[in-house]
Amino acid sequence: MWALKSKRGRDYAGGMLMAAIGLAAAVQGSSYQLGTLERMGPGFFPTALGVILAAVGVAIAITARFTRYEGEIEVLAPEWRGWACIIGALVAFVVLGKYGGLLPATFAIVFISALGDRQNTFLGAVVLGLAAVVVAIVVFWWALQLQFPLFQWGGG
Amino acid sequence: MHQALTDLWYGFGVALEPHNLMWSFFGVLVGNLIGVLPGMGALSAISMLLPITYTMHPVPAFLMLAGIFYGSMYGGAIGAILLNLPSHPPHAVTCLDGYPMTRAGRGGAALGVTMIASFFAASFGITVMIFASPLLVNAALKFGPTEICSIMLLGLLAGGTMARGSPLKGIAMTVIGLLIGTVGTDVNSGVIRFSFGFPELTDRVELVALALGLFGAADFLRSVNRMKFIGNETKVRLRDMRPSRAELRQSFFPMLRGTLIGTLFGAMPGTGPTITTFIAYAFERKISKTPERFGHGAIEGVASPEAASHSKTQVDFIPTMSLGIPGDPVMALLLGALMVQGIAPGPQLITEHADLFWGLIASFWVGNVLLLILNVPLIGVWVKVLRVPYRLMFPCALFFIAVGVYSTNNSLFEVNEVLFFGIAGAIFMALEFPVAPVLLGYVLGPLVEENFRRALLLSRGNMGVFLERPISLTFVSLCALLIALQVFFAVRAAWAKRHARRTLAYPGTPARATLPGD
Repeated sequence: MWALKSKRGRDYAGGMLMAAIGLAAAVQGSSYQLGTLERMGPGFFPTALGVILAAVGVAIAITARFTRYEGEIEVLAPEWRGWACIIGALVAFVVLGKYGGLLPATFAIVFISALGDRQNTFLGAVVLGLAAVVVAIVVFWWALQLQFPLFQWGGG
Repeated sequence: MHQALTDLWYGFGVALEPHNLMWSFFGVLVGNLIGVLPGMGALSAISMLLPITYTMHPVPAFLMLAGIFYGSMYGGAIGAILLNLPSHPPHAVTCLDGYPMTRAGRGGAALGVTMIASFFAASFGITVMIFASPLLVNAALKFGPTEICSIMLLGLLAGGTMARGSPLKGIAMTVIGLLIGTVGTDVNSGVIRFSFGFPELTDRVELVALALGLFGAADFLRSVNRMKFIGNETKVRLRDMRPSRAELRQSFFPMLRGTLIGTLFGAMPGTGPTITTFIAYAFERKISKTPERFGHGAIEGVASPEAASHSKTQVDFIPTMSLGIPGDPVMALLLGALMVQGIAPGPQLITEHADLFWGLIASFWVGNVLLLILNVPLIGVWVKVLRVPYRLMFPCALFFIAVGVYSTNNSLFEVNEVLFFGIAGAIFMALEFPVAPVLLGYVLGPLVEENFRRALLLSRGNMGVFLERPISLTFVSLCALLIALQVFFAVRAAWAKRHARRTLAYPGTPARATLPGD
């Protein structure tokens, strides 16, 4: 979280993140055949991109060192509840979609993500979830004939 | 010239077929509705409805997507003017003068002017498109893999550096997009790359999942509990929407200038719509005799940027369709949709898929007329839709995203991809990286790689080929110029800052305005 407190911190962290992703891509990419410039193998392009990304990442971090930052920046407080609920809602959709069917998954994704907003009440989230279930039945199952069983047990 | 008119006539025949007209109407309606919703822009609107088109015939599918596009752009303007909500970044600048007009009770007139300006600008853009496309095609037929590769390099570089914020960060995001584009089976050798053991990744990363992760889920992660909602009671009736004669006269030339600026920028690959609208606004303020009125409800500040964004949108279709080089992320998404349909963009598209190309052009007009007709009775509904609170909107949107992504392949794996790219996108945004270039890189990645490999195969591994062929040399020089300009601006800014620090005794130095997001 320290990195987000200042513009310089953001640039340092961002540059390092890019360098790390680039390096990882280059290492993984070079495990495929590289080939020559004339006959490139499948590894050439990804490796080259990884190297470029790593270089750009380093450049971002270096320029951050020499940039004079001015003015206040907006530091947003972490929003753990919102994040947990949105991520949890998507995970719940996948798990319940597999082991429950469209309706439980629909209710779960809307209900859980609605709870992520502090202004939503428990009851309000339930009502919103049920409304989404109705939409799922009418629009997706009946009208659009989506290939997703309303209920299924134990992963079809 | 005559040929173009005959083709256009044929295009109207295609666009007015009842079946096609219906989908066009549906696209405009849904696009307008989604565009009005706070926090939802053209990108999320198109990617949410993209899965439906996978099973459709390409012509109605594309007419619908285009309809969603300009429908949502217009919807975004409504939110910007009436509620000061830039739901789509290009409209951020419309807020500056549109919202003060609303507070002065002229919000309806601002909407009316927006409607006229966008229709005028779109018509102009379409005309340019009709006559410029065939010319461009003639030139494009001379393009080999070398030329395609260098023009794509230019497009990627422009897309990365001209977005908001640090150009280096934009380039980093473009490269990330290119890397995501390499995931899957390599067409030349059949080797599976970056699949991390997931059989689902032997095919490519799903376009819709990437777009909805970066522009849907990531955005919700950023905005949850942070979206400040300014509620006010706005009532817009039909007769409020007619601008007065003075307002019309005031906005005529700004509209014209905005249209020209948009057309100019549309022809340049990689310049986003946001930057275009800001330039149109800044230009208008600069030449105005009464610049102090700007920011307090000057109608010129609404007419010019809105016209610019609409003409740019139309002109943007030229490089997208005839060269296969999208000007901005929305175009990249549309290009991706074309490729999913098995249609290769490029110079041969206009001749091989004449019904699609000319039908699309004609449908722009049809769609813009539909938009006009639709908004007259529905403006009251849109105002109500605007009032839907974010806390109810985003859970429903998340559900539509999940189901939409599921329907692309009838598999839940794509929902995991949304989650992954959502988290990644939120982290990038927190570190102030622009995420739009990722999509550009992803769509162009495979094309760049294929053409790069082919160009070097033909030149027997000689990299100099990119400088030896004249057309390619032009593009490479433009790339070099672009980089040189960026370095120049960066150095000058750093120097000016140091200079300002030294002369701190004079507090009269004007502050440079910063542009919000692309």
